[in-house]
Amino acid sequence: MSETPISSSASQIYTFKQARVLRERIIAAVLFLAAFSSVATTIGIVYILLEESWQFFQQVPVLEFLTGTEWTPLFQDPQYGIWPLLSGTLTTSVVALALAVPLGTIVALYLSEFANPKFREVVKPALELLAAIPTVVYGYFALLFVTPALQVIFPNLPGFNMLSAGLVMGLMIIPSISSISEDAMRAVPLNLREGSYATGATRLQTALNVVFPAAFSGVISAYILGASRAVGETMIVAVAAGLQPNLTFNPFSEAATITAYIVQVSLGDLPHGSLEYQTIFVAGLSLLVMTLILNIIGYFLSRRFREIY
Amino acid sequence: MTNYQSESLMAVQANVKFRERLNKGFAIAGLGIIVVSVLILLLLVLGMFFQGIGRLTPQFFLNFPSRNPEEAGILSAWVGTILVMSVTAIISVPVGIASGIYLEEYARKNWLADVIEINVTNLAGVPSIVYGLLALGLFVYQFKLGQSILAAGLTLALLILPIVIVTTRESLRAIPSSLREAAYALGASKWQMIWDHILPYSLGSIMTGIIIGLSRAIGETAPVITIGALTFIAFLPDSPFQDFPKNVFAWLFAPFTVMPIQMFNWVSRPEPEFEVNAAAAGTVLTVMTLSMNGLAIYLRYHFRKGIKW
Repeated sequence: MSETPISSSASQIYTFKQARVLRERIIAAVLFLAAFSSVATTIGIVYILLEESWQFFQQVPVLEFLTGTEWTPLFQDPQYGIWPLLSGTLTTSVVALALAVPLGTIVALYLSEFANPKFREVVKPALELLAAIPTVVYGYFALLFVTPALQVIFPNLPGFNMLSAGLVMGLMIIPSISSISEDAMRAVPLNLREGSYATGATRLQTALNVVFPAAFSGVISAYILGASRAVGETMIVAVAAGLQPNLTFNPFSEAATITAYIVQVSLGDLPHGSLEYQTIFVAGLSLLVMTLILNIIGYFLSRRFREIY
Repeated sequence: MTNYQSESLMAVQANVKFRERLNKGFAIAGLGIIVVSVLILLLLVLGMFFQGIGRLTPQFFLNFPSRNPEEAGILSAWVGTILVMSVTAIISVPVGIASGIYLEEYARKNWLADVIEINVTNLAGVPSIVYGLLALGLFVYQFKLGQSILAAGLTLALLILPIVIVTTRESLRAIPSSLREAAYALGASKWQMIWDHILPYSLGSIMTGIIIGLSRAIGETAPVITIGALTFIAFLPDSPFQDFPKNVFAWLFAPFTVMPIQMFNWVSRPEPEFEVNAAAAGTVLTVMTLSMNGLAIYLRYHFRKGIKW
């Protein structure tokens, strides 16, 4: 009578401990599965794109795809050369970056070196709000406000053109470039600036000769992020640049990008397994390869320019 | 001798003045760029608002799309958006928080944790339309979910998962380890420590990440077009209570449209009467995403201010 309660409570504690260990293990496993889902997503993306592209390349030679200068998969006599879509994607991205890189850098230098901290605390989130506007709304701006405004200056500008799509896209990516560059610039230690000021440099000289080079690896990452956003941006170009695949690097003309082509084909009723269904996966694969190349370039550039303070 | 000295002094003074002027010029340019780009965007948004305001009547929210621009409304679009967003939130919130907890609290430093880590960063840079292609291949055709609300919700959940994971990790990292040690000292298990202490303290800042992710998902158009959202829907999915309890989940498999797709459809129509509808839909969409982001910024500010560890 006197012994049983002790031993039963001891065994209770033992089973309680066992149950607790078991529960902890199950929870850890569930959490791991959740984290692994992101890897599964990547595997899914690569698998789907490669699988459908493989089917596509069974019927269209890779060489024709990589060297062809006409992209007319929906015509009677289909041509599958990726170059017209690549030229459209590159041109709109270059226009966007030509606007966003210099302006984003100046804004970042201003916010990190010139602006007073209170102003910065207000402006930074306000700029980030601009990036929150849906891209289809930006497309609407490009088509219905920016293109007519540009047509006043360039009367020959067609209603769909890569210039206004690129400019609006640039406006959209200024905040992300300036925000990330500014973070990198602010991480530059203060004594580097003090050294520069001590030699009699102005704020501008310090910003350009000391802070900018010291933060360059971070700034490069910002540029690369902006570039890959420009390459992958869909709705602005689908609305404002037109859907006509055109092998041209002239921003004043209409052209389709890779993403705009995917949208255009998806809007129609896709017969699953047909060659035109597979073309959008091939286009998607090209897009992914482009962003991958950009990231690799960015990785090596930022390593090359990394400063150790 | 004195003449020479005063001449060199003057030269130095001129040099300083010149550099000061450059400095001031740059500061003005930086401020100017910020002001001008915010003004341009404000103008564009206001232009859209004033173009669309005439259509922002209760009827606009209660009517189905129509061939007649005067009668067309966004009922199926906003109902569709709410339904898709519910699915997105139900999936992305638990999975995202669980992944964040795993990576921050459980993951040991090994290659698998590194793979997941690098993978999450890279997924954040994948163009959204590629997620659409993944969903088209995987959810629509392999899992046979069809072009449904469930497929769209899953797609957007995968898209915003990196955002939720990253903000969860940042919020967990902000909790000082003394709190963890205090919980362990009282005999709490790892999960008890996380569930009873760390999670409640960080929930506020995790919320900001969830809101920002969801507002991004609301504005996303491209991946939803890719999986085959319809652009013209004049009916609502069956309510879960119709034919209860047999058809509780029928709505998950219903065809749908969402706000950005409705707007895209109106923007890309040739008739100018639909521009007004596009402006009205764009205004609703912009108000939705901006207010969500505003709320997130406010929450971030609020929680940073309130807690002093």
